[in-house]
This record gives sequence, C-alpha cells and structure tokens, in this order.
Amino acid sequence: MFKDIEHLIRLAAVIVIAVAAFVVLRAAVIPASFGQYGHYRGAAIAETAARPIAFAGHDVCEGCHTEEAEQKKLGKHVVVACEACHGALARHADDPSALTPAKLDTAVLCARCHEANSAKPKSFPQVVTADHSGGIACDTCHQPHKPKIEDEKPGGKK
Amino acid sequence: MDITRRHLLVLLPAAAVAWKFVLAGTPEASPNYKLSEHWWSMLIDIPKCIGCGSCVRACAEENDVPDGYFRTWIERYHVADWKIERPEVESPNGGKQGFPPNEISDGKNFFVPKLCNHCADSPCTQVCPVGATFVTPDGVVLVDKNYCLGCRYCVQACPYGCRFINPKTNTAEKCSLCYHRITKGLTTACCEVCPTGARQLADLKNPKDPIHEFLRTHTVQILKPHMATGAKVFYNGMDGSVR
Repeated sequence: MFKDIEHLIRLAAVIVIAVAAFVVLRAAVIPASFGQYGHYRGAAIAETAARPIAFAGHDVCEGCHTEEAEQKKLGKHVVVACEACHGALARHADDPSALTPAKLDTAVLCARCHEANSAKPKSFPQVVTADHSGGIACDTCHQPHKPKIEDEKPGGKK
Repeated sequence: MDITRRHLLVLLPAAAVAWKFVLAGTPEASPNYKLSEHWWSMLIDIPKCIGCGSCVRACAEENDVPDGYFRTWIERYHVADWKIERPEVESPNGGKQGFPPNEISDGKNFFVPKLCNHCADSPCTQVCPVGATFVTPDGVVLVDKNYCLGCRYCVQACPYGCRFINPKTNTAEKCSLCYHRITKGLTTACCEVCPTGARQLADLKNPKDPIHEFLRTHTVQILKPHMATGAKVFYNGMDGSVR
C-alpha cells in the first residue's frame, strides 16, 4: 500500500529512541523528591531541618542551673534568656565537660543593652557608662542575674 | 517493692516532669512535626527594640553567616521634624556590635530589626529558574543550596534586600527562620536571645499562639504592603517613614 514504507518505519524508530532517551535522561537527572510538594526538591526541607543547633534554649539551661534561674525570677532580667549574655551553648548543654562557658566582661556586656542611646525606648533603663561607673565592671555593684541593688534608698544615687 | 496506687500517683507526675527535661535535653529532628499544621511568621515590636544587636550576633553564630553578610540586621532611623519623607537610616555592620550613641534631640529615633519576611506570595521564589528556592507547606521560604545555581535572580527580586550570595558556597542565602530549630519545637536564635521580647516567633495556624490576640488588639503593619508579597513579618508600632 505505502511505497517506501521503510522511510516511515525509520522515522518512527528515531522518534521512539528520542522519546526513550528523553524519558531515561529526565528520570536520571531530576531528583527523586522533586515535585513532592511543589516545583522544588522535597528532600531539601528535611535537609534544612536536620542542621545542628547552636543555641540550646533557656529551658535546657534552667534544667540544671536552677539556682541562677530562681535568682533571675526575682529581678527584671527574668525575661532575658541565658544565652543572650552567655552565648551559644548547645554543645555545653549536650555535654557540660565539652565546653566551659567563658567568663563574661560585664563592663562590655551590660553596656550593649544599657548604654544610653536616643533611639532606645525611653522606658528602658539606660546609663552613660562613663558617668555612671567610669568604666569599671558592672558586677562590682550589680548582680547580673538580679541587677537591682537591694539597699538602694529611694531618691538615692542611681 | 509493690507499687501501690499511692506510689503510682506520686511517681507519674515526677516521671512527667523528668520526661520534659529528657525531651528538652535531646532536641532531635522531630518525627511528630507535621508540615501542614504550621504557618510560621514573626512579630516585631518596634517600641521594644533597644538595638543591642543580640539577634544579629546570634543569627550569625547559629547559621554560620559570613562576616559582612546578614540574614537579619537592625536599622536605626532618624526622622527629623521637618523631613518625615526622608528618614536617615544607618546600620553599622548590620547593628552587630550595637549602635554608637547619638544624642540627636529633634525628631524621632528608633530601631527597626529586619529579616526575610517569609512572604506567602514571594517574588524571590517566583523568579528562580531551577526551583532551588520555595515556600514550604508550613510557610517558610527556604533555599536548597545543593540545587541553587547562584544566578542571583532572587537577590534582585527580593524587595526587602534580604538575600545575598554566600561567598563560600556561591549560592543564594537568606533567613531560614531557623527552620532547624522551629521544627524541633525551639524558637529562632534571634527570638531566643532578644532581651526585651521585641522579636517573637509566631505560628498563625496554632489557635493558642498569643499572636492572634496581639493582632486583634494592636495596629500592626507589614513592610511594603503595596507590593502584595503576603509578607508574614508583622511590625507593631512602625513609623510611616520605614521603608
């Protein structure tokens, strides 16, 4: 019926091979989880979630350091998380002997928050450290976990 | 020892308390975490921000952000009395070491912490040619660094300037809303260390989250609402001059 039918068969064969090659290549190149949730690699979500943490979180700290936690509850620093001052300590929380938290220099540390700045909210306690203490360490007078000085007299020196 | 009913009544609450610490001590990838049960966002209370830079330092430490690049940063605004439409904005090293004192008495001065807005209709994910950045089913915009080409389209597309190319990996990087922490039931590093509670992680799908009460009772804005990005970082008490 068709003259020169081999031409058509050859063309069909080329198309079949091309389609097969496309399907095989596509399967090989596209990651398995691509399209699981959308136009992206679904496994990337779990990969991002699997990263290790650096900050343990204050609940973990307070599990062991109950004395400090109780003391903080008595003062305004109750809202400040442990690692806000002491730094990231998930490694210490996992194994206390692996990492010993460094001693902090309160002359620098306290000023980060409490140094006077006109952009800070007016209700936030601020001092000009040079006038207030002349640059000596804040923990000479204040206890950082409960910073209010107990025997402070009303109307007395700040 | 026979465990009587009385013993059991004493032991059970003790075990429950102990178990809480066992769980807290080993925060692992939570198998109970369901993507469909969360829709993450963040609340930033500008009147509470003191510009101490704790969030910026914590973010860099938690996420290994290279020096000079920022996943979150703080801007200090100075709006003079007579030119409200042209605020002076500064962010020395992203506010990482705090801000030098300024005793300008006129106008308004305040801090604005910034980060990825985790937009529901994010411009950055729409331009990615390979699908290396995406909005997860729980509402976090992530970058798949194994799939990113580093073409920088997304860096240009973000209207908030939240993306950068990591000089070590040459791939796009941005705030992941500490996805590795929030999926384990922790808060983000920046929210953890914020000493005044100016930043709070919020789950809009959790009916018990205090965010709902807050949004009902406060006048809250998002950045660049005219761009219809569906930004999910809510700013309370934000001045109209903030860009």
